[in-house]
Order: sequence, then C-alpha cells, then structure tokens
Amino acid sequence: MVLTRLSAVELAQKLRTKDVSAVEVVEAHLERIAAIDGVVADGDVWRAVPADELTSRDIHAYLHVTAAAAREHAADVDRRRAAGDDLGPLAGVPLALKDVLTMRGAPTTVGSRMLEGWLPPYDATVTERLRAADLVVLGKTNMDEFAMGSSTENSAYGPTRNPWDLGRVPGGSSGGSAAAVAGLMAPLSIGTDTGGSIRQPAALTGIVGAKPTYGTVSRYGLVAFASSLDQAGPFARTVEDAAHLQTLIHGHDPRDSTSITDTPADLLTTLRDGIDGLRIGVVTELQGDGYEPGVRRVFEQALERFERLGAKIVEVSLPHAGYGLPAYYLIAPSEASSNLARFDGVRYGLRVDAPTAEEMNAATRAAGFGPEVKRRIMIGTHALSSGYYDAYYLQASKVRTLIARDFASAFEQADVLVSPTSPTVAFGLGDKTADPLAMYLNDVATVPASLAGTPALSLPAGTAEAPDAPQATLPVGLQIMAPLLRDDLMYRVGWAFESDLGFTPIPAGDTAVEVA
Amino acid sequence: MALSADEVRHVARLARLALTDAEVEALAPQLSQILAYAEQVGEVAAQDVEPTTHPFALRDVSRPDEPQPSLPREDVLAAAPHAEQDRFGVPRIVSEEG
Repeated sequence: MVLTRLSAVELAQKLRTKDVSAVEVVEAHLERIAAIDGVVADGDVWRAVPADELTSRDIHAYLHVTAAAAREHAADVDRRRAAGDDLGPLAGVPLALKDVLTMRGAPTTVGSRMLEGWLPPYDATVTERLRAADLVVLGKTNMDEFAMGSSTENSAYGPTRNPWDLGRVPGGSSGGSAAAVAGLMAPLSIGTDTGGSIRQPAALTGIVGAKPTYGTVSRYGLVAFASSLDQAGPFARTVEDAAHLQTLIHGHDPRDSTSITDTPADLLTTLRDGIDGLRIGVVTELQGDGYEPGVRRVFEQALERFERLGAKIVEVSLPHAGYGLPAYYLIAPSEASSNLARFDGVRYGLRVDAPTAEEMNAATRAAGFGPEVKRRIMIGTHALSSGYYDAYYLQASKVRTLIARDFASAFEQADVLVSPTSPTVAFGLGDKTADPLAMYLNDVATVPASLAGTPALSLPAGTAEAPDAPQATLPVGLQIMAPLLRDDLMYRVGWAFESDLGFTPIPAGDTAVEVA
Repeated sequence: MALSADEVRHVARLARLALTDAEVEALAPQLSQILAYAEQVGEVAAQDVEPTTHPFALRDVSRPDEPQPSLPREDVLAAAPHAEQDRFGVPRIVSEEG
C-alpha cells in the first residue's frame, strides 16, 4: 500500500480504523517531498533550495515544509484518536497551503521578495478552520508572485514544474498547490482563484480544483490581490475529496466584511445523485477558435459522455463573455494597485533605505516586486488615475454586471454550464513569459465565472497531445459552472462524470512519480 | 491608448515605483498593448448599467461594537524592518525648517 497514492477519503478511512497512523501518513509524504521536490530536508522548517540551485528534476511545489509541526500535530491526532476522542471526518489527513494564506510558525512569502522571511503574527481563517478540523499542514506552496500569473513562472523563488512533464508549467497562480497534489506530495491542498488560479492549474495537472461561490470562504489572512474576486478553494485528486475540503473551509466569518452569511447546500448529501434529466449548457462563446484541437476533441467527448449519462445538452450564450478578459485585466490590476500600496517598507517585509520616506517607499517597491507585479500595479494605477477611472474601472465594473446578468439568463435554460477550463494543455516553461498578453489569454474561459462570482470547478476530462508534441499525453480539464450558492450542483455533476470516466489522476511513467 | 515613456514615469511616481530607464522603455509598449486590449470594454453600451463589485450586493457590514483582543504589539513590531520605542521607524517626513 503506497500511502501517497490514496485519496483523502481513503486515508481518513484507514486512519479511523487504525490501519495506519497519522504519523505514518505524514512521514510517507515528507519522504516523497524530500525525494522529488528540491528541498533541504533539515531542521524544523525545510526550505526549498534556492532558485539558481534547482535542477530540472525538482518539482518545486513547496517553498517551506513545516516538517516538525506536521509530525507533532499528527502525533497529537494519533494520541487523541487512541484516547477515543471524537475527531473530524478528515482528521490526520495532510494537506498543503498556498503561500498566500498566513499561518503562524512559518514564513508567508506570497512568492515575492517583498515578504521574504516574513513571519505572520496570526493565522488565516482558512488555516484556523483546517487546524480545528485536524488536517495536518505539510507546508506552504509556490505560486506566481502575489498570485499574478498563469504558470507559476512569476515566483521570485523559481518556477514549479508539472509532474506530467517536467519541461512544462503546472499552470498558475496556484501551481505549487496543484503540483503537490498531482505529484503525490499531498492528497489535498488549498489554492486561491482570482481569474482562474485554481481551475487552470487543476486542468493542466490532471486534478480537481474548485472556486467556491464568492463570499463563502473567508479572505481573512489571505494576502489580497483583487479583493472583489479573490477566493480560496480546494485541490484534490477526486471530486469527493474536493467537496469534503470545501465543506471544511466555507462559512461566514465576521472578520471578512465581504463574507456572506449564506452557505451553499450540503456538498456531500447529493454528490452521488447522478445527472439524469439535468440540462447541461454548452457556452457558445467559450469554445471554438483559440482552443487547441486536442482540447476541443476531449471536450466534445465529454459532452457525449454527459448525454450517455442521461443529461440533456443545450447550447447557451453568454453574449458579453468576450468582454470578460478585457474587463478582468482592468478590475484586477486596479484592485491590486490599491491593495499592494500597503507594501511600503514600514510595517513588514523588505525595506531599502533612502533619505526620505517617499524615496524609501519607491526604492523598496522597486526592489521587492518582480516584473509582472510592477506591470499590474502600473496598469491599475493608470486605470484609477484622474481622468481615466470612468472609462476603465467603472466601465469594466458595468460590464461585470452585464456578464452576471448573462449568467442569470443562461441558468434559466440550463442547470450548469460547461466549457474547456483552459484553451491549451500544459505549455513549456518559458514559452509565454516574453508576451504578457499571450499569458493573460490562458484565463479566457475561467474569468467569466470569476466576474459573476459563481462557483466553478475543473476536473480531468481526459488527455490530449500538445501542438508542439504530438506524442505527448497531457491532461485536459473540463469546467463546470453552477449558479450562485449551488456549489453542490457542480460537485454532483463532476462526481457523475468522474465516476463514469475512470480517469487515473497519476501521471503514469513519469520519472518523478516513479519514486513511490 | 499608447503610453509614452514620460507618461509611464508619471504613473510610476503615482505608484511609488522607482523604475529604471530600461524598465520604462520596456513597459511603455507592453502597457500600451495591454490597455489597447482592455479598452474593448468601451465597445459595450452600459450607460444605464449599475457597476458590480460583489455578487451579493452587500450593504455596509459592521460587527457589534464590542472590544476584541488585538494582536500583541511586540509580535507586530517584530515583523517591521525598523522599530523603536514601541513604534514603526520611518525616515524623516517633515523637514526641521518646516
């Protein structure tokens, strides 16, 4: 029995029956991380090796591995289980946290030099809830700096590699969290999604990733990128695992003023109800030109599968979806330019000394932020500056209303909407870094649901070749979008699809994964 | 719209980013290209449409006015690049001549 291959639900079952201990489960994962991730496995908190010392065989999913704290927590779970305590459903199951969520006892870097070495003085609400449920945090995962990117190549600490092909990206910005789960270095992880940063990496690494309804998961302790869009959510290798994990983190939090008091219907009770008679809407605007032939073929097969399972396929339109990406690339940078003003060299992180406060601010920010973060701050500052606000941020926010209305109309004709998650399979490291706009186009199918706030999930739909590698076998993701607060429906549809497909979310034959 | 190098410098000043000349030269065409793309939103007739910032249109949110514990001062100051006398330290902001 290879513990790292088991799902969270399978591990939880074996922990409950005491077939394995939480300590054994943690050790199995730490051993694998030490073998394939590129960490210095030494001391209480293991560090990733520096970017210029990473080899082409290091996946580099983790920035910091909280080995001692994980072992201690696991031992505590085992003690309490032995004493007959009532533990949560996933108690003792390990997981990884994107390095954008604060957790005491380890640095939170957000993939940036700006916060290198920062030790947060408090836990994010998500972290707190996971700990209360006795999930064991293995460490903090790599990400595009401040969650800005679609490949994890914008990390100041070096890129993460895709376990399916170490020459390719895992997607982003939550690429470390996705690669940790796809590479069997954690059964579960948490990512954050602003315009697709959970769904796109899930698609590119062949796993499940979900963006919950905006407002249902607390943003307290989540280092803000674009506050009106940021939402934390689960990664897992099965739909059921993802539903369990989302259940543990959602719910109202008075410490987040955008947190809503409603919670979606229970995600687990209807999970296995099937999709007979459900109407599945294919979005006209989210297919066709711009999507790779392999992605289109797998998507067509997915629609046939839905029909075989008893669902009715209907064509629906989101007339303003084409304006989603332009609106997103005004709204998100505008909010980022405002949020990132707090990195001024005074309260935390880097400071570059200079004679005056303003020079110190500007020198600190110039040294601490990488190129993509600077680009977005510049776009956002310009878009919010005097004379441009109405044409840019305000107009984009109105387009956002129209997109939300499009979704509401579409959901009168269909119970859920589907599309390919990403227009491409995983692309090569370095392929898109020279062209920022080409990188932005990765988000074309995921951004509309972000703007509407609706829940959306990506799950593996099969594999396809890459345009630059006809023999390659790379995962293709299917996106399922549901109405606001109907997260239960996207999991139910996803579970039915997954059960019928029988996809094995483990990259067979990959050298990295051969290390059991 | 195309941004000139001088306009890029102006925005950088607003954003408190000390950019090098090379960065300014690289950013001018990149920002122009991204803005040209984003300006497509102007094609949408939306004069009478209310803007959206939250899918649930929350009203002002406030918690009950009850004292809550704050973070310990020493924990917060420990994270600062420069602190003294229980305060964050910053370079001089006001000149002595006033």
